[in-house]
Amino acid sequence: MLPDRPITPTTLSVKDLPWQIHWDKDKCTLCGRCTAVCPVHAIEPAVFRKRMFNASLTPGQAPTNVHQVYHGIRQRTDPAYACVGCASCTLVCPNDAIMPMRSDESDKLRYHINRGGQPRSRGGRRNAPGGILDQIKFIRISMLTDPALDAGRHEFELRTLLGRVLPPEENMRRFREKGWIPPVREIYPLIIGGMSFGALSPNMWEGLQLGVTYLNEELGLPVRICTGEGGCPPRLLRSRFLQYVILQIASGYFGWDEIIHALPEMEVDPCAIEIKYGQGAKPGDGGLLMWYKVNKLIAAIRGVPEGVSLPSPPTHQTKYSIEEAVAKMIQSMSMAWGFRVPVYPKISGTSTALAVLNNLTRNPYAAGLAIDGEDGGTGAAYNVSMNHMGHPIASNLRDAYLTLVKVGKQNEIPLFAGGGVGKNGNLAANAAALIMLGASGVQIGKYVMQAAAGCLGSENDRCNICNIGLCPKGITSQDPRLYRRLDVDMVAQRVVDLFLSFDVELKKIVAPLGRSTALPIGMSDALGIGDAAAAERLNIKYVV
Amino acid sequence: MCRLFAITSETPLSPMVAMEAMDVMREGHDGSGVGLFLRDLSGPFEEMKDAPILSGIFSEAGIKRLDRHMMDLGFMTKYRISIKVPKVPPEGTPRRDLYLIRAYEYPEEWDILSQADKEDRLVQIRLELRRMGEAEEDMIVFSFWPDVIMIKEIGDPMTIARYLGFDRKELHARIIMAQGRQNTNYAINLYACHPFFLQGFASMTNGENTAFVPIREYLSSRGVQGYGGYQSDSEVFTHILHYTVRRLGLTVETYKHVITPLQDRTIEGHPDGAFLKQLKHSCRRLTIDGPNCVIGCLPDHTLFMVQDRKKLRPGVVGGKPGRWAFSSEICGLDAAIPDRDKSRDFQPMHLDTTIVAPDRQEIDICSQTAPLHQPR
Repeated sequence: MLPDRPITPTTLSVKDLPWQIHWDKDKCTLCGRCTAVCPVHAIEPAVFRKRMFNASLTPGQAPTNVHQVYHGIRQRTDPAYACVGCASCTLVCPNDAIMPMRSDESDKLRYHINRGGQPRSRGGRRNAPGGILDQIKFIRISMLTDPALDAGRHEFELRTLLGRVLPPEENMRRFREKGWIPPVREIYPLIIGGMSFGALSPNMWEGLQLGVTYLNEELGLPVRICTGEGGCPPRLLRSRFLQYVILQIASGYFGWDEIIHALPEMEVDPCAIEIKYGQGAKPGDGGLLMWYKVNKLIAAIRGVPEGVSLPSPPTHQTKYSIEEAVAKMIQSMSMAWGFRVPVYPKISGTSTALAVLNNLTRNPYAAGLAIDGEDGGTGAAYNVSMNHMGHPIASNLRDAYLTLVKVGKQNEIPLFAGGGVGKNGNLAANAAALIMLGASGVQIGKYVMQAAAGCLGSENDRCNICNIGLCPKGITSQDPRLYRRLDVDMVAQRVVDLFLSFDVELKKIVAPLGRSTALPIGMSDALGIGDAAAAERLNIKYVV
Repeated sequence: MCRLFAITSETPLSPMVAMEAMDVMREGHDGSGVGLFLRDLSGPFEEMKDAPILSGIFSEAGIKRLDRHMMDLGFMTKYRISIKVPKVPPEGTPRRDLYLIRAYEYPEEWDILSQADKEDRLVQIRLELRRMGEAEEDMIVFSFWPDVIMIKEIGDPMTIARYLGFDRKELHARIIMAQGRQNTNYAINLYACHPFFLQGFASMTNGENTAFVPIREYLSSRGVQGYGGYQSDSEVFTHILHYTVRRLGLTVETYKHVITPLQDRTIEGHPDGAFLKQLKHSCRRLTIDGPNCVIGCLPDHTLFMVQDRKKLRPGVVGGKPGRWAFSSEICGLDAAIPDRDKSRDFQPMHLDTTIVAPDRQEIDICSQTAPLHQPR
């Protein structure tokens, strides 16, 4: 900074930013790839002036100096262009000459990304490393009194049920009398949660669908994927692959015009309908697809004009109470498919979850309840919603399960848990912990993006620009120049890898517990934690 | 691992038959306890098949409280067996004041009750007595049911048998179930001893039920009197049996489909697939995960053995028309029925239920993959 350069409150130095670009002049070939690839234009080619001294060792000879210039990379400090740490520059650099590094102290940028009075919005996650799920251990190891099983060679039946299950007496009676038995799907307990066509790029979506189809049709693993709120491509709606898909309806009803029109032409029923009332990443806030991502294709599927932001209302606008919102919607959606498709609500983790659950227990059409905890991810939300709103999943799920146990309906309404499952990479351990706390299955989103497509997000505020359609990996972008970076078949391959490895790890957890005949839902005696308060809260063993 | 032995015979047998079988299998139990279940009784009880028999252990104070309580309820003693024990019990066996086996006359006002009401009230009384006994630690009650006697005690089976005089004629029965414990709890609670009993259904188990907690939670929330007090992970097997037969109206071969359902792809090809799928869904919380060998007895005197899906526990069935035995080991069978055709001995595997009907003429082997006999 020159001495006479004006300082404004928002004048920041590179040091004040969360990420600093380290650039090595000696290695750089000035090829320009890094500046071209940077999604936020945080770096630009620059000319640097440099003064060179030449001090001779010959006595009496005066030193000389010369001014030179050299070319290189400069990091911009304007908050609008702050580096997001995605390291796309590093990825493309032929000589490994450039890399963003995390600042060694808390950044000052956070106080300034609200220009024009607009608070920060972003995609991604809560950016809170750690969490209770990783602390839970599986302590009931089969030793001598019953043999531990061979995870590699024993037979396992690790399926779960999605749908309203009748009490045995009632089920037997209806079977005998040929009465209506609510639809129940036998599915794999790891579900790809709702990420919309629009939030995700076409290549990402296609890759996920392809991977799920392969898992079902070639490997016999009944994996299901939820569409999120954005409708479903017309050809998929009319194909047999729809049976692997959970269609989501949310408060914006995006895409449902297309879905309803496709109803008479559907070859098969969808797996289920998920009514989204809330999302763990931004509870009480509706979905949001920012205008950057609403191109012609997305606009067509969603039935909206191009280039406008699509904020879904925080709640279903035609409904004003839980009776309206839950009971009537569940019944309407059930009726649309002739009561052949399970319909269940998804809510964000909240201290009022039990009130919702209690309502569902009395609704004979409610097929389950999905609860999305505070660690869930999103394509776009306000920073404050993501970081500070919501309820952790573990205790919310546990309370819900124990409530069902109390009223004896633990087998009737399956609970699905989401939000931060595998956020530190421990997918199978987190999923198994939730299942043993009472979940019938778990939903994942961010983990799929990371494992199947190489999402760069971390729990340290890296990248997080899903909202503006500039995803450097092409996962959440609608710009063909970006999403063509993502190879559809390779995403599918990674989806398959992810599920197969999860399956092996899940067996490695349940086999030592002596479980193989059924998914150990609610097997809380197997869980322990080294935190007395958490143990008491979750009603599991405190172990040190 | 515990050892199990059960026998069903046209002619009444002494419980010593079972104790001898248990004794030859002594390498498989550590002598930490024995449980005995007798049904289809002979001797004095032959004449009073309908009179409920109370079995339990009482202190002097306990028996007084019992008498008062039963008198208040209007029950009159009809017959009793007094077991007089030597002053010094065997090492490891606690000193007890009284082992009680007492048949009662129903109160007059019960005459108008339906059979179902009577059965419910009998359970209610047993549970009341158990609660009373647990509060004062002066009574332990095993069963209160017509034509059923149960005795449980800590110690080596044969030593206990001699100590309590199991060879006496009044204890002869046509169905005998016995368990020799390999105790896995340091403090031995007699309520954790097999066999377990509820409303005419009895079962005993070898092994560990790894799915115990979710099953216990499910049974406890059924709102059925008697589904509770779980001191052992195996007690749930008795209650699942009761639930399957009594509440769902299904047969014992279907019990196997409740506790260890077939895998989804096998169900799809099963002739009763549609029914089995519904059963698997709605009874999912009753799926056991073994390893367990279960021997059970139904109110109609059917005796059966069933293995869990893993088939990691021993169990063999053999005998001859009129007398069949179920045993953890073949040596137990040899001790009880040496003159049988050994080539016909059968060891049920992961899909099998072995049933001996009340006529005791043959063993019926039901495979889970076969069509069900159950009328639906």
